[in-house]
Amino acid sequence: MSDPAERTVEVCGRECRVWEKGEGAPIGFLAGLGGLLRWTPFLDRLAEARRVVAPSLPGFPGGGRGHDDLDNHLEWLVATHDLLRGAGLAGADLVGVSIGGALAADVAALWPEAVKRLVLVAPLGIFDAEVPVADVWAQPPNGQAAVLCNDPEAYAAATALPEGEDLAEWQILQIRANEAAARVLWPLSDTRLVKRLPRIRHETLIVWGDEDKVAPASYARRFAEAISGDTRLATVASAGHLVDIDRPDELAAEVLAFLT
Amino acid sequence: MKLLWFHLMPYTELPDDFREKHPSVWVDIDSRLFDPERAHYMYNDFMDELQYAAEMGFHGVCVNEHHSNGYGLMPSPNLIASHLARATSDAAVCVMGNSLALYNPPTRVAEEFAMIDCISGGRLIAGFPVGTPMDTCYAYGQNPASLRARYLEAHDLVMQAWQRPEPFAFNGRWNQQRYINIWPRPVQKPHPPIWIPGGGSVETWQWCARMDYVYAYLSYFGYKAGEATMKGFWDEMARLGKDRNPYRAGFLQFVGVAETEKEALELYREPAEYFYDRCLRLDPRFAQPPGYTSEATVRARVESMVSRAADQALARRPTATAFKDILDEGYVVVGTPDQVAERIREIARNLNVGHLMLLLQFGNMGAELARYNTRLFAERVMPQVGNLFDDEWEDRWWPKPMAKQQRAVPHVSPQAVPV
Repeated sequence: MSDPAERTVEVCGRECRVWEKGEGAPIGFLAGLGGLLRWTPFLDRLAEARRVVAPSLPGFPGGGRGHDDLDNHLEWLVATHDLLRGAGLAGADLVGVSIGGALAADVAALWPEAVKRLVLVAPLGIFDAEVPVADVWAQPPNGQAAVLCNDPEAYAAATALPEGEDLAEWQILQIRANEAAARVLWPLSDTRLVKRLPRIRHETLIVWGDEDKVAPASYARRFAEAISGDTRLATVASAGHLVDIDRPDELAAEVLAFLT
Repeated sequence: MKLLWFHLMPYTELPDDFREKHPSVWVDIDSRLFDPERAHYMYNDFMDELQYAAEMGFHGVCVNEHHSNGYGLMPSPNLIASHLARATSDAAVCVMGNSLALYNPPTRVAEEFAMIDCISGGRLIAGFPVGTPMDTCYAYGQNPASLRARYLEAHDLVMQAWQRPEPFAFNGRWNQQRYINIWPRPVQKPHPPIWIPGGGSVETWQWCARMDYVYAYLSYFGYKAGEATMKGFWDEMARLGKDRNPYRAGFLQFVGVAETEKEALELYREPAEYFYDRCLRLDPRFAQPPGYTSEATVRARVESMVSRAADQALARRPTATAFKDILDEGYVVVGTPDQVAERIREIARNLNVGHLMLLLQFGNMGAELARYNTRLFAERVMPQVGNLFDDEWEDRWWPKPMAKQQRAVPHVSPQAVPV
């Protein structure tokens, strides 16, 4: 797995990291809870077929403390839109996981021309009182990983301390990613996205892990019913909430099949 | 020194098997354990106890704010404080305090505190805690990632509301109001003394120093565990060029007094074990919402020796639920009046605290024992420790009420109301 190329774009006056790898028409990628601490096998699979561009949202690893300035959902959406445009992803296919899926869906709803085809992997942003989204921020010490992923080893690899990095700063990056996500989603993971889903007229692939402990697969149907464009539903076996971390090959195959 | 009588208002009838059957005393505590008709008696006992403490000569009576909490039955401490403002005549009324970010708009705090200051004739101490994660982020759903920014802005709003003479517009990040013009306004000028209850955060110490506020370390783990934190506080004050005036600080201590040591050990075992075993059944799930602790504090915890010592104290927390350990760790000071007085002097000197907040009712302690403890402390301990520091330091953070002869005397006691 070779390293991606790295550059930065300015969003709301702050520098955000953009990772890029591969050739061809671009696929944008917005990561899930925790963000991208490292380049992942899933992105490598996509990069074998396409040019993958993964910008970091403010507050997530690579995104500094930009979330400090984002006080409401409108400001988050403008920042996400500007980040994608700055990364050269205007009008590109867009894959969003978890919180990245919630923001990707909102960008498609508000700026339809900003997105070509949309892939939502276990997107957050809506709340069903019958089957509430888990409280990922109220877990036993070191218990969050088990809620996010089905495969502890895959999670450990995605979050492992790189050689030469400072452990305290590495931990702070992870706490900060949680803080940035909380800024968007606290307390119920409900951004009122459900009101805007009918504005999405894009071809949309909705993927869910059958072991998702954050939001059960019933949420996939709610997204599919509310989105106006053609939707395709896919389930990845043995995958938890962060499907891209748990089952990279299977998810990449689903995504590439849809985007080809 | 100043001795304040502090009530947490714990629910006193949590079942014996609470720790085994229930994961948490807070946030998601089982509501079926709450019997309102029993709470009727608890509240009335507790309010009697606070009033009695004031009558016995404690310098202040303290209440605080908790939500969805089995050991703290005061979601609104201002309700109790307004009663105390009228039912007491000389004691400071210390509200410790209102969690500013939970009030929308925070103007409400400026108003209610001004009311209490007016009713009491200027005896209010205004406490401004950020609030625990359990209270603020979980029970009240506040976003931990913006809680501190909201808190600081609310503080600015309240301070302006108290001091600006003209109606003004407030255009904050979180609060927008066209007209702020509170009515009533506080008796104390320019404002009531501000005390900040906090944990061991360096930023809070620095802020208290900059604003010239009292820092009150409200730990349930007594003077031994508190020593490292208070040393950190005073080291920081020295670094910032502040004097060692002990009235810059407050500290909380559980105390049980009896005629003999043997009697004290018998009397206070059950309420102490009840508190540390049942009331402090805290679920770690609710301890660390993201963003609640600043990155600077996270770094400081890793890097600073002082905080490392404090962390060790923290790590010890869950262990002591048996009376012997509770005493050995110094969570509760128990003994004869002379023994307690000696220990109080030692605590005040070692931690350099001028405002000592005493929990003389704790756990499931009944009204009779609480009254006994309070009376013995007032009559036999207070005279031995009350004048500590007074010849050396001025308490610039104590209320400045209206002259006593100018203050109103309530004319109607509840008993005197004709049927």
